Amino acid sequence: MLSIRNLSKTFSSAGEPVHVLRGVDLDLKAGERVALTGESGSGKSTLLHLIAGLDAADGGTIRLEEIEVTKLSDAGRASLRRDRIGLVFQQFNLIPSLSVADNLAFQARIAGRHDAAWTKELVERLGLGSLLKRYPEQISGGQQQRVAIGRALATKPSLLLADEPTGNLDEATAEDVLALTRDLVARTGCGFLMVTHSLHLAATLDRHLTLHAGRIA
Amino acid sequence: MRRALWILAVLLSHWRRHKMQFATLLIGLIAATALWSGVQAINQQARSAYDRAAATFGGVRTAMLVAPNAATFPQELFIKLRRAGWPVSPVLEGRVQINGRSLRLLGIEPVTLPADVGNAPRLGAADLSSFVAPPGQTLVARETLADLQEPEGAAPAISNGAELPPLRVQPQLAPDVLVVDIGVAQRLLSKPDQVSRLLIGQPRGKPMPLASVVGEQLQRVEPNAETELERLTDSFHLNLTAFGLLSFFVGLFIVNSAVGLAFEQRLPMLRTLRACGASARLVNTVLVVELVALALVAGLIGLVCGYFIAAALLPDVAASLRGLYGARIPGQLTLRPEWWLAGIGISVAGALVAAATSLIKAIRMPVLATAQPGAWQQRQRRWLILQSCAACAVFAVALLLLHYGQSLIAGFGVLAALMLGAALILPAFLDIILLVGQRVARGPLALWFWADSRQQLSGLSLALMALLLALAVNVGVSTMVDTFSRTFIGWLNGRLAADVYISASDNAQGVAIRSWLKDRSEVQGILSGGRAEAQIQGQSVELLGLPDHALYRERWPLLEAAPRAWTRLVPGNAAFISEQLSRRLNVRLGDVVEVPAPGGTWELDIVGIYADYGNPKGQLTVNVAALIRQFPQTPQTRIGLIVARENISGLIAALQKQFGLDDRSVADQATVRAESIRVFNRTFAVTSALNAFTLGVAGIALLTSLLTLANSRLPQLAPLWAIGITRPRLAAIELTKTLSVALFTALLAVPLGLLVAWCLIAIVNVKAFGWRLPFHVFPLQLIELVAVALLASLLAALLPVARLARMQPANLIKVFANER
Repeated sequence: MLSIRNLSKTFSSAGEPVHVLRGVDLDLKAGERVALTGESGSGKSTLLHLIAGLDAADGGTIRLEEIEVTKLSDAGRASLRRDRIGLVFQQFNLIPSLSVADNLAFQARIAGRHDAAWTKELVERLGLGSLLKRYPEQISGGQQQRVAIGRALATKPSLLLADEPTGNLDEATAEDVLALTRDLVARTGCGFLMVTHSLHLAATLDRHLTLHAGRIA
Repeated sequence: MRRALWILAVLLSHWRRHKMQFATLLIGLIAATALWSGVQAINQQARSAYDRAAATFGGVRTAMLVAPNAATFPQELFIKLRRAGWPVSPVLEGRVQINGRSLRLLGIEPVTLPADVGNAPRLGAADLSSFVAPPGQTLVARETLADLQEPEGAAPAISNGAELPPLRVQPQLAPDVLVVDIGVAQRLLSKPDQVSRLLIGQPRGKPMPLASVVGEQLQRVEPNAETELERLTDSFHLNLTAFGLLSFFVGLFIVNSAVGLAFEQRLPMLRTLRACGASARLVNTVLVVELVALALVAGLIGLVCGYFIAAALLPDVAASLRGLYGARIPGQLTLRPEWWLAGIGISVAGALVAAATSLIKAIRMPVLATAQPGAWQQRQRRWLILQSCAACAVFAVALLLLHYGQSLIAGFGVLAALMLGAALILPAFLDIILLVGQRVARGPLALWFWADSRQQLSGLSLALMALLLALAVNVGVSTMVDTFSRTFIGWLNGRLAADVYISASDNAQGVAIRSWLKDRSEVQGILSGGRAEAQIQGQSVELLGLPDHALYRERWPLLEAAPRAWTRLVPGNAAFISEQLSRRLNVRLGDVVEVPAPGGTWELDIVGIYADYGNPKGQLTVNVAALIRQFPQTPQTRIGLIVARENISGLIAALQKQFGLDDRSVADQATVRAESIRVFNRTFAVTSALNAFTLGVAGIALLTSLLTLANSRLPQLAPLWAIGITRPRLAAIELTKTLSVALFTALLAVPLGLLVAWCLIAIVNVKAFGWRLPFHVFPLQLIELVAVALLASLLAALLPVARLARMQPANLIKVFANER
């Protein structure tokens, strides 16, 4: 479903080029759950951003299902994110002016794929029933991350990308949140790629990859 | 000390990384100081000019003796009083015409002139003999010399043919005043042995009681702290100060938003400094020092800008003051040291006031951050309720002032309270509108649009308040000026009854012209008028003499009239009174006004009240023949003619050829009308300039608020972009949001502005000028102002929105970077 070949990305820092990715190859099947670890600055987040189309690669290809992401325009990449990708961030990045219910349904409504029954199921499974009228800053970090996961899965995406989704949570909450994510990913059948520093959490997924010196080790 | 410097260096490092915020802070302080100081410079200039006028050889600032029922009294009373130990000095006052220009002639007696008559120009011992000894001297201000187009030493002739003593410049004199020895004045004014008033100096011993020396022939008039001119111009300067204050507050709004944002962004820095061992007192002191230093720099720049603003506005202000009140202000700006000090002071004080909430937060800040107890909506609701309560209290004050206030200050108080209340309640109004929008929104983006606009409200509210106030003032003042303009033009059409106006150089020429006109077949009627001056209840009043002619009955507009008013005017014992004089003297139809005339008191029944817009002086209109009987010295130089339209230009050419009259001395109705309208428009030129300034500052406030908000909004916008909304679309939404709130604000400003206009027309104008105008609304003008507001908002929003549309993904991705 996701196929990455010879992907490269270089940044400039203080006038010096920094080669973050130096030919990454990666395959991910539908329904597969993969953890990506690596030391700080190894390019994990950059790889995730390139797959999501948040940034453009310097070389190589990324293919998601039948679409070649690296050939898409800015608008095409936006459309891809809207329709086929779910994103979860460490900082949650919910919309503070909207209630939990509106945040949950937001992406699905924008994509024109709102499914009331599925959203209701998500609310139940994520345990958000009593929080729907609250605003993000009125709920805890763990609760906010559950809303973010719900928002990302509400469109029933082909691929769920998570960048340190448990980085801001305590260990017990982190395990709860990840367990929920695993269940929901299984329920939707989408692919799941998670960047994490925790080897313990990485071990709970189907496959564990490590990024080192810009390549998959 | 070193520790403090290190902390200052750390605090200043914030501005290096936030250059736009730094510029915003400085722009706010500079704008506030510049506009306030500019207005103060103009006020100071005008007031010193009034002082000059008031102090001209003992104006109203000196105690004096005057005749209760006559314009002049015999000189022998002066001699009697001097012998009785009274330190009095005689003054004779009158008006003379030089080349058709009317000037005030003051005759003084320099030997007895008290040394303490205000700050009047003194004559030195060397000058005294040349002033008194023939041919004497005529002291004039430099401006008067320039107006007369005569060199120093020239001896111009006045309208009766007599020559003035040679002109000599006396810099401290007020313009349009000629000062001569009293003997010369008595000869020039044909008032031998007559005196207008006696100035009273400091008595050495105890003089005999006044009544025992002169009986009831003279009465004492105590000095006034405020001159008539100052009283008249109070409203204008108050108006100017109000504009300055408004701009100052708008500038402080900018400072407040910049400092507030900088404080929020520097919170982690402040906490780190405290955590590293810097005491709270030291950190707070350095914060204040940093702010004061910035205010000093910005204040100095602001003062320089203020000087240029004042210099640019002064010609318009001088024209306005001359048009409205007949006051003459020198066109060159001179500034006192206290102006500079006050400007710096106001900049520092303004900065401290604008930053007060942030400084208090810094002082109370705990070292460790605590979680917010409530959501933004709860905080916003609390803030809106508090602000709305404050607005209601301010509206209540406005109502009380409207009901009980009598003075001009109370009128301005109503205006100020109205605008402050409206500004305070604006966020609540906008919140309700946005909430309704949120409730009816269907799509997710529409929902976000309204919800996010509501959340942005607290950050934008100060800028929107500034926009509301600037627009309301614009609507109010423009409506008032246009109402005035429409009324004035209608009134002018009625007042300009004759087809041709002639101003003869003297009575002899007047007689010759009238005699010549009688033989001209194209002249259908000759309307001879005249003007004299008198003092009524201490006020200078103009007496206008009109001939008895059907044309006046048909066209001359009267606001109120007794039955057969025009017929009752003919015998000479009745008068019409101008609206402003009727208010000042509290005179109504049927009342009697006593006018001190050379021959004794002239009693006039008031049979009509008329509008006399733009005339700073009160006026009484009487029959011209009666006027000449009572005031034999009245120049008979003004002539109006009734002529068929097609004969006007030929007649004017013939008059010019026959009598050597120039364009100023003979003009047709259209020319006089055009000139009057030109003077009228010039009178309000300063209003347009100030309107543009306030709107400009409000635009800057909006721009700076949007720029500072734009940086803090990335975390809210980046997730939307990540979800799949393109940058151009996000930019378009942001632009629409700004324009929407600006439109709502502009729409709310329209009724507020009309209310301001009503206050100006029905309260302030009546108290300031004495005339009440009918209220007109100009829909096109309102549409134009709303469009200007939207354009200003569009320009203000364009820069941050363009930056967002072109923002590199790398900047948006930073929001999601975990290793920040």
